[in-house]
Amino acid sequence: MPNFIMSYLGSTVTPGEAGNQFWALMYVLIIFAGVSVAVICMNWIERKALAHFQVRLGPMRVGPHGLLQPIADALKLMLKEDIIPAEADQFVFWVAPLIGLLTAFTVYTVIPFGPSQAVSDMNIGILFMLGVSSLGVLGIVVAGWASNSHYPLIGALRSSAQMVSYEVAMGLAVVSAILMTSLNEKGTGTLSMIGIVQAQQQQGVWFIFKFFPLGLIAFVIFAIAMIAETNRAPFDLAEAESELTAGYHTEYSGLRWSLFMLAEYAAMIAVSSIAVTLWLGGWMRPFPNLLRAPAWDFIFSLFPGLTFLGLAAITFLGVARMPAHSFFKIQRIGLAVFAALLGFLALLLLVIAIAGRSADTSLAARFREGIDYVYWFVFKVAVFMYLFIWYRATWPRYRFDQLMRVGWKVLLPISLGVLMVTAIVGVIVS
Amino acid sequence: MAPVATPFFFYMLAGLAVLSGLAVITRRNAVHSALALIVTLLSVAGLYLMLYAPFVAGVQIIVYAGGIMVLFLFVIMLVNIERSSKERRFNRIWPVGLAAACALLALFVFAFAKGRALFPDRMMTLPESSNTQQIATMLYGDAGRMGQYTFAFEIASLLLLVAILGAVIMTKKKI
Repeated sequence: MPNFIMSYLGSTVTPGEAGNQFWALMYVLIIFAGVSVAVICMNWIERKALAHFQVRLGPMRVGPHGLLQPIADALKLMLKEDIIPAEADQFVFWVAPLIGLLTAFTVYTVIPFGPSQAVSDMNIGILFMLGVSSLGVLGIVVAGWASNSHYPLIGALRSSAQMVSYEVAMGLAVVSAILMTSLNEKGTGTLSMIGIVQAQQQQGVWFIFKFFPLGLIAFVIFAIAMIAETNRAPFDLAEAESELTAGYHTEYSGLRWSLFMLAEYAAMIAVSSIAVTLWLGGWMRPFPNLLRAPAWDFIFSLFPGLTFLGLAAITFLGVARMPAHSFFKIQRIGLAVFAALLGFLALLLLVIAIAGRSADTSLAARFREGIDYVYWFVFKVAVFMYLFIWYRATWPRYRFDQLMRVGWKVLLPISLGVLMVTAIVGVIVS
Repeated sequence: MAPVATPFFFYMLAGLAVLSGLAVITRRNAVHSALALIVTLLSVAGLYLMLYAPFVAGVQIIVYAGGIMVLFLFVIMLVNIERSSKERRFNRIWPVGLAAACALLALFVFAFAKGRALFPDRMMTLPESSNTQQIATMLYGDAGRMGQYTFAFEIASLLLLVAILGAVIMTKKKI
């Protein structure tokens, strides 16, 4: 068994390509756990950041600086009574959150965290992602219908109309990025997620900067459409609390409601990953071609460790700034332990970066490379996740007819135009 | 990579497709039927994947399961389900349906009986990694040459364009 495990660690292809079911399962479990943890972190960061945007403190009571709040929330949701309305369609009501959750997590099979750090590299990767994430709307529609109540039904109708319309602009923006992958000597592009990142590496430019305004415009269209796709503010009409109480999940409570939330956040991470893969160079560190020397490799590989070191420093600052009252003693100890944990992680990452600095094929070097890839990918996705919070705090909600107008009369013509101009420029260049 | 547990997945997907297909026509509730139809379409997409046609599978998911079925559900929610569920299920066109089903069954039996003569004697090994490129070559042609199906494909796109324009003209009173 150890032999079997070790033999894969040196491999340069995804477990799906290598036909290694054990490692494919391992990757699936790691990704599932990672995404769940990311959702928990996101929950805390969103509440904290929104609070600070509005000059509040946010959660402060459960654990130091409310760090244990998401865990307390999860416990509360699990223990809450799970109400199914008497007039609801029992089976469909039961199955709706699962549809959302299933589609949100299925797309992670093709997300490339690195050239071999993905469950599988599908030939139709991006098509698969768009298709499966478009199934997510079914969960919402069906939930709204099964609740047999007015607010959820209106929310579901709104969200299905919204998601279907924004999918069009989104798809066209994606196509213009895929067109750019075909600008090589063979003249054939690719739909594979890993292939798209490799095409950016070969052409030496992130697609957001390719054909200067064109790539950027396509990216902006995608960035707008992906907010509408995930029903987030300012496009969160499906759950507009001022008009529809909570939209499609008004009748849901307890665990089922938390499944909807988990699906929403997982979908947010998934669409951010599409944007990162298509336009922002996926797992690549900044300037992989320009600053190619091994010394630069080493400098950039220190970043994961330094990030955690920074987090540990901030946490220690928090420990030092705790009021000296004996009431805060336990909180202070808890925060200090957390800071020590972060510092230990930072140390571990730095040790790996230094041990694997030689560019050979030893296990430490492979490990260092893998951590780099995953770090840069997750870093870029994290920027998007912060943007989601920032949007929510900044912009007022659109009215429904405005939303439809933006989708059909602004984004769609622009994305069509960008697609055509990209094709023309591509033909001229090649 | 080599396929894994092929018979198991084939029978699972095929069985799922048949069972949910039966559910589509036997459920009284239109939304339940639509959901069952989605399961059918998804299992057919899985069967396409097993035939080394990932592109068709992806398009099946996007167009049918993702696009058309959402519109179906959208429309079903707008009509009054209460009344339609009380109507008589099998109306007078059932002999036509029976005849069509029998004809299809006869075709399948014929194909099954003559199977060896109709199909190549061994499985074709298609490179799944270039499936999308092969479809593109067939539809659009290779460097300067017209593809096998370019004409038919363009005609079909024209038909779709006419349908789109027709829908716009019918819904908009003044243009």
